[in-house]
Amino acid sequence: MAIAISFDVETIRADFPILASSVHGKPLVYLDNAATTQKPRAVLDALTEYYTSSNANVHRGVHYLSGKATDQYEQARASIARFLGAAEPREIVFTRNATESINLVAQTWGRANIKAGDEILVSAIEHHSNIVPWYMLAAEKGAALRVIPMFDSGELDLEAFARLLTSRTKLVAISALSNALGTVTPVAEIIRQAHAAGAVVVVDGAQAAYHMPIDVRALDCDFFAVTGHKLYGPTGIGVLYGKAALLEAMPPWMGGGDMIASVTFEHCTWNVIPNKFEAGTPDIAGAIGLGVAVEYVSRIGMDRIQAYEQELLAYGTDALRQVEGLRIVGTAPRKASILSFVMDNIHPHDLGTIVDREGVAIRTGQHCAQPVMDRLGIPATARASLAMYNTRQEIDALVAALHKARKVFG
Amino acid sequence: MSELTDLYQEVILDHNRRPHNFRVIDPATAKQEGYNPLCGDRLTLYLTVEDGVIKDVAFQGSGCAISKASASLMTDAVKGKTVAEARSLFDRFHQMITSPPGSALPELGKLSVLAGVRDFPTRVKCAGLAWHTLKAAVSEQAAGPVTTE
Repeated sequence: MAIAISFDVETIRADFPILASSVHGKPLVYLDNAATTQKPRAVLDALTEYYTSSNANVHRGVHYLSGKATDQYEQARASIARFLGAAEPREIVFTRNATESINLVAQTWGRANIKAGDEILVSAIEHHSNIVPWYMLAAEKGAALRVIPMFDSGELDLEAFARLLTSRTKLVAISALSNALGTVTPVAEIIRQAHAAGAVVVVDGAQAAYHMPIDVRALDCDFFAVTGHKLYGPTGIGVLYGKAALLEAMPPWMGGGDMIASVTFEHCTWNVIPNKFEAGTPDIAGAIGLGVAVEYVSRIGMDRIQAYEQELLAYGTDALRQVEGLRIVGTAPRKASILSFVMDNIHPHDLGTIVDREGVAIRTGQHCAQPVMDRLGIPATARASLAMYNTRQEIDALVAALHKARKVFG
Repeated sequence: MSELTDLYQEVILDHNRRPHNFRVIDPATAKQEGYNPLCGDRLTLYLTVEDGVIKDVAFQGSGCAISKASASLMTDAVKGKTVAEARSLFDRFHQMITSPPGSALPELGKLSVLAGVRDFPTRVKCAGLAWHTLKAAVSEQAAGPVTTE
């Protein structure tokens, strides 16, 4: 029987070398995890180890190192498949990031299946990466982009969704977790209703993947996009999960080496999935690093990470509410540990600069979600996004820095 | 902390709270939008130019203290100047906010309160937005909205 290991944040912090560093002479308080997370030593070591003792191209050579690199690359794919609950590793396509994963679906499945008069549904909380690829596809095909509205809290209006869902709806593209507001969307329910209407569902999991357990088979989503660098992995590597039958039927996107079965000047045939979608030399080290990252968080347990982050969210919400003139933006009943806020008479950018001098890293601006800001009638927010290695003391440091900003602005 | 108080000097905070020339000119001889899509700073600049002289200048918009104060100070500085003088001021202002920390600063009178921006490279765009918008407004070619991204 497995013995439960209690959640020990100090032990986790010790795994992340950068967390011990200082900024402007103050201990780093890193609260910009929705932009990117820091990397554990295991991932950093895996990158060095790969280039030190395994570096070769994959799927090509008969020599020892090529075989070793290929094994490690494919093991990473298998780890990620397990982490996401995919039925088999071939349902995992390596990409550069979640943006590329979504564009891959738009450019292959989308261009093959979306026709004039069809409708694509996105939601009001989406990041630009889950709006623009569909906007471009709709423009190219003469299809319409429709938007599931949200309430002021950042919660989606499911009744409006049900009304928008018709026989014309061919695709629903929905984020499992809003990067700007922290809203956790009822993605399983949305998938169930979309499927009942005959639509395919793409889930943007860029934020969700590091905050909550994901099981793509239980969700029954058709596609799920993940980026590695928010999941404690390296930059430059991402993943597209797709149901095997859909991936098999899709035309390839980029052409080149590794994605073909045979090439003549007259006729090319395509490799099997997932290779069909991985033209050219991939980010081998990045994939291996991401494989190590998902093994790392799996050892801690995503359910345990989620429970800890929910405690932090509750503490942070209370702490911020006590700051005079501060208003939290995004108050949906189901949230992950992302706290967007505005303060009276202090623009988010000025807040960002002032708290930075206290060692506190937060994001300020529109968070690549201009429609969210427009919908709420605000130019920008400040955002503290918490990950598994953050602590209550760090939230206290943020609050102290916000008081400092209040003092500067009088 | 000295750099922070260099950036947020009382003069800047005052201009942020009570920006000068914060109004619409209608009709204006030139109107130009400026936008910083990364942070959402947005302003509209209005100009009355007669015989090559900026007779009146005003702005509206929303943004951080640095961008608002910079716009406010700029309107004060260029009002009554010729377009050629305003262009030359743009060049010297741009030099001031992008020069390496510690190097000599151009003499810019009241605009010098924004010199602290050069120690905050991520905020240079905030201070520059109004000036880039002005430059576009007085250029011969018609242009779309200006961005500092």
